[in-house]
Amino acid sequence: MSPKVLVLRAPGVNCDEETAYAFAQAGATPLRLHVQELLAHPARLGGFQILCLPGGFSYGDDIASGRVLGNQLRLKLTDALEEFRAAGKLVLGICNGFQVLMKTGLLDVDDAGGPQATLTWNDHGRYEARWVRVSTAPSACVFLRGMEQFELPIAHAEGKIMFRDAAAQDQILGAGRGVLKYVNERGEVATQFPANPNGSIAALAGLCDSTGRIFGLMPHPERFISPQQHPSWTRGPERKEGAGLQVFRNAVEYFA
Amino acid sequence: MLWEVDITPRPGHADRAAERLAQTACERGLTPNLTAATARGFLIESASFDRAAVERIAAEVLCDRVVEGFVVAPVDDPVLTNPPAGFGESHLVQVLPKTGVMDPVALSAERAIADLGLAKPLVRTLHKYWLGGIDVATAKNIAKQLLANDAIEQVQFGPLTIKSLDAGTPYTLKLRTTPLAGLDDAGLMHLSKSGQFYLQLAEMQTIQKYFGDLGREPTDIELETIAQTWSEHCSHKTLAGRIAYRDEHGERRFENMLKETIFAATQTLRKQWGADDWCVSVFKDNAGVVKFHPEFHAAFKVETHNHPSALEPYGGANTGLGGVIRDTLGTGLGAKPVCSTDVFCFAPPNTSADALPQGVLHPRRVLQGVVEGVRDYGNRMGIPTVNGAVCFDERYLGNPLVFCGNVGIIPPDKAFKEPQPNDFIVAIGGRTGRDGIHGATFSSAELTSESETASGGAVQIGNAIEEKKVQDVLLQARDRGLFSAVTDCGAGGFSSAVGEMGEKIGAEVWLEKAPLKYAGLSYTEIWISEAQERMVLSVPEQHWPELEALCAAEEVEATVLGKFTPTGRLTLTYDGQTVGDLPMDLLHNGRPPVVRQASYEPRPAPAFTPPKKDDHTAELLAILGALNVASKEWIIRQYDHEVQGGSVVKPLVGLAHDGPSDAAVVQPVLGSPQGLVISCGINPCYGDADPYDMAASAIDEAVRNCVAVGADPSRIAVLDNFCWGDCEQPATLGSLVRAALACHDVALVLGTPFISGKDSLNNEFKYTDASGERRAIAIPPTLLISALGQVADVTQCVTMDLKTPGNVLYLIGETHAEFGGSQLALLHRQPGGAAPKVRAEAAKQIFTTLHGAIQAGQIRACHDLSEGGLAVALAEMCFAGGWGAEIDLPESSLTVATQLFSESNSRFVCEVPRELVDEFEARMVDTPHAKLGVVSESPLLQIVAEGKQVIDVNIAAAKVAWQAPLKFA
Repeated sequence: MSPKVLVLRAPGVNCDEETAYAFAQAGATPLRLHVQELLAHPARLGGFQILCLPGGFSYGDDIASGRVLGNQLRLKLTDALEEFRAAGKLVLGICNGFQVLMKTGLLDVDDAGGPQATLTWNDHGRYEARWVRVSTAPSACVFLRGMEQFELPIAHAEGKIMFRDAAAQDQILGAGRGVLKYVNERGEVATQFPANPNGSIAALAGLCDSTGRIFGLMPHPERFISPQQHPSWTRGPERKEGAGLQVFRNAVEYFA
Repeated sequence: MLWEVDITPRPGHADRAAERLAQTACERGLTPNLTAATARGFLIESASFDRAAVERIAAEVLCDRVVEGFVVAPVDDPVLTNPPAGFGESHLVQVLPKTGVMDPVALSAERAIADLGLAKPLVRTLHKYWLGGIDVATAKNIAKQLLANDAIEQVQFGPLTIKSLDAGTPYTLKLRTTPLAGLDDAGLMHLSKSGQFYLQLAEMQTIQKYFGDLGREPTDIELETIAQTWSEHCSHKTLAGRIAYRDEHGERRFENMLKETIFAATQTLRKQWGADDWCVSVFKDNAGVVKFHPEFHAAFKVETHNHPSALEPYGGANTGLGGVIRDTLGTGLGAKPVCSTDVFCFAPPNTSADALPQGVLHPRRVLQGVVEGVRDYGNRMGIPTVNGAVCFDERYLGNPLVFCGNVGIIPPDKAFKEPQPNDFIVAIGGRTGRDGIHGATFSSAELTSESETASGGAVQIGNAIEEKKVQDVLLQARDRGLFSAVTDCGAGGFSSAVGEMGEKIGAEVWLEKAPLKYAGLSYTEIWISEAQERMVLSVPEQHWPELEALCAAEEVEATVLGKFTPTGRLTLTYDGQTVGDLPMDLLHNGRPPVVRQASYEPRPAPAFTPPKKDDHTAELLAILGALNVASKEWIIRQYDHEVQGGSVVKPLVGLAHDGPSDAAVVQPVLGSPQGLVISCGINPCYGDADPYDMAASAIDEAVRNCVAVGADPSRIAVLDNFCWGDCEQPATLGSLVRAALACHDVALVLGTPFISGKDSLNNEFKYTDASGERRAIAIPPTLLISALGQVADVTQCVTMDLKTPGNVLYLIGETHAEFGGSQLALLHRQPGGAAPKVRAEAAKQIFTTLHGAIQAGQIRACHDLSEGGLAVALAEMCFAGGWGAEIDLPESSLTVATQLFSESNSRFVCEVPRELVDEFEARMVDTPHAKLGVVSESPLLQIVAEGKQVIDVNIAAAKVAWQAPLKFA
């Protein structure tokens, strides 16, 4: 069965087409749907197996990254999203979608004291587009199954993962949820720019929830589907496909 | 009640804005002593909010509580002026956008607050700065130099005095007329200038006579409409006008200069191609359109936004890019934007602050603002910025140049538009405000040190998300066939858009229907406002309900503004009363012809003999570090160049992804191997020797950049953007005509049709210097050529970085001693003699042969030779690839310096695998080529000539020299 993917559009979301394309390449059946349509008919969510929040600048994204769309989902789709999660389905947030996911409550980063983690300004204080190397940690994360170390591009201004305090950090990372990290060329956890492009705590590039079925990451797997998307593809080695495709394929195979 | 929320970093978290400010103040020489603290603030006005509501807004919407804290208070509460805990004695500076200036963050906040279930308030943002360690005068200077721009922002020292955010006051119709009868020539010209019409005397006389014959005076809106339609910006009357031109070959008269030069070359080519003509729509729509893919044509347009960027770099560049994206959206029935290109010309960023004339922003501030403006618009729209260039010259000090280009794709059956009689005139997108009044006429005037105060209204800030929504709606509506024509609201606003669309039909416009940002706009302000992010559609009445529903679903405002009534007249009404009534014919054909004089005198320059040296390594390093050659990575990395997933050859390539790519390749149709290639050519330094050679060289450069990555030279379309000085001066216009003649000649031989173009004249800056003398700085004549190439299969593309040691390096093309405007001559502070020529027939043969070799897989790396010649190209290929090279210059009658640094056109360095050398040489038998040496494993670029080493440089050192100048923090 080809799982149905809802690729959520909203004003300012701008990676929806290539993300839908990536899912289709992986064998899924994507549909790009506007958030207003979903808010008007929350039951439509039940018809999908995967919810994807793609990259972009949702609602201009200039108050705090992902906040406006995150609030809409948190406040207006509470029940539908809870059902979706309880049904064992998958949620993927990429870049701005990750920022949104952080604000929805779905990633299990909130406690009674409010949010325990956030995505904030890159250390150097500006937008940065570059390729990075990332490495996975052994985890329950469905999207990273069988993946170890690979390259993907980042393109963001607010991608630095920070925790409210040491306790919050210990709780989330102690549960094995810091599933994707920036590493240097030798595969070591990256502490310095540019290998760690934003100064993220513990070099974190992605987090998952406590079930491993909800995952957010700052790098863009949908931008490395074909070999020619790599910045030095003309130098080799020859590749069959881009490393990002496996993220989408993992989501599809989860429903096989 | 007016509340304020101030947000500051939580204790223990860095205040990056403050750190940057202190660093910049130090770098600019303002003060080394500054300590600063900052807050971002929101003013929130709502009758129904109590403190608890505002605190909820702060916690749930405005503040990131993991890293930030907030203060909530009524706006006049003294607590709001307290610096963050622990910060000592300081001056408080608060910066707010001026009333009516676009504030996208505030709009997002209003919307997000409503999402909480609260009443939608009015919001305005502000920035607070507590400045310590300095005196009041320094604080004021920092506010002026670094914190705020008078053109769009207001500065408050100490507490805010603002009581309400409501900008509107009710408007009651009052019809205004402007008396022309009886005005003498001086009176007409005074009116032309004081009304910011910037029309010429003959034009003012024509208008006077028209209304004299009617026996009435024009209303203000009629005069504004004529001024806008006849403006240089909208009608290109200078270049498309009559010109008497004289040069060393004699005299030539043009009825329409552009048509007889640039456009004529395209027409000739299209005729030659006959059934194989691949041009679709040239020089008539908002962008030029060519055939590309079975399901999509490609559209390309490049615009300038120079004057607004001089006054407000961020807003100017921001709306410049937004504007050219709307050109793509307004082409045919709407093309989908797939990538952007941005080219800038600035004064050197290290210009001394003392050297700045009054009214001029520091070039470093201009550079930073322009880059951020492009970044924030392009990235938010989700359109990759894949190509660009930056030129530095002191003459851009008062008048920087900002070129913004956009490429789109469009289904062949949507490539043309035709408004139908009785269609509704529908405006979609942003609301109309008082912003941008007189942009069209302002851009047709020269800048002065007083421009900032006189024309501040012409400067705007964009709202990219509004435009993204418009794009989403427009492309869906196009595919559903809901409208018969579309155009963008650019310079001239509704006046220009409706006037153009209704030219052949007529139009009736109900101005009171336009949705406004705030009350109080007069009918004329509504008509000529250039508020951003608006498009005008021609919608058959039966489709209006479906379009309206589609727009509502995507949160885009859509309004019926009038009707294209088949009267041949433009009739403007407000609340049923006619406020303007003009025949379309007067607007579009009524402008009196003016014959302009143009002359060009060749400037014989003394031949340049490079200083004799045994070792040229130091010269190479100096040129690599010249601003026009140095790496632009700091800029490029702020642009998203990969969104949409189509990026194939990126602006930065090579081992460490930091080598300078010749051109960008994108694959705009996901899943299809076909690619579009985007490149540019620009070298104003050559124009100082001869504008003909400058123009020819710019075309050659744009085309060879395209060819270098694999574009098919028989499928390259080009665009022209002329930025010149005051063309009322015969010598200035003469140099432009000369450049246009070169465009004609070279395009014809290369078979590269011009498909669109734009000119920006009057790029001069006038000011009064310290001794009270009136001075003018004219920019160097600057022609940007942008090229749009095509590749059938992107997997055949080639990049410029060296790939494998042992591979053989070849120089393709012929070298001559051509140093006019070259980097070597500039380094030695000499004019350099004649500029590089283009030998177009030979160039065409080289491009074609090289393309064959690329297609045959014989080329592993290819780099064009431009600024700095062979030596710079080799160094760039080495450090991009992480390999050295051993070069032995071929025997030659040319001097070593000429071989290394001459900037002759149509040349490339190619890396050929050892096993393909024979094949490659056989292919090149009729093409000038020379073996240079081999790629080496050593980290050195070593060049030997006549048995002696002339360059020996470590590639890492070369890279540092190349990266250092523009590597800002």
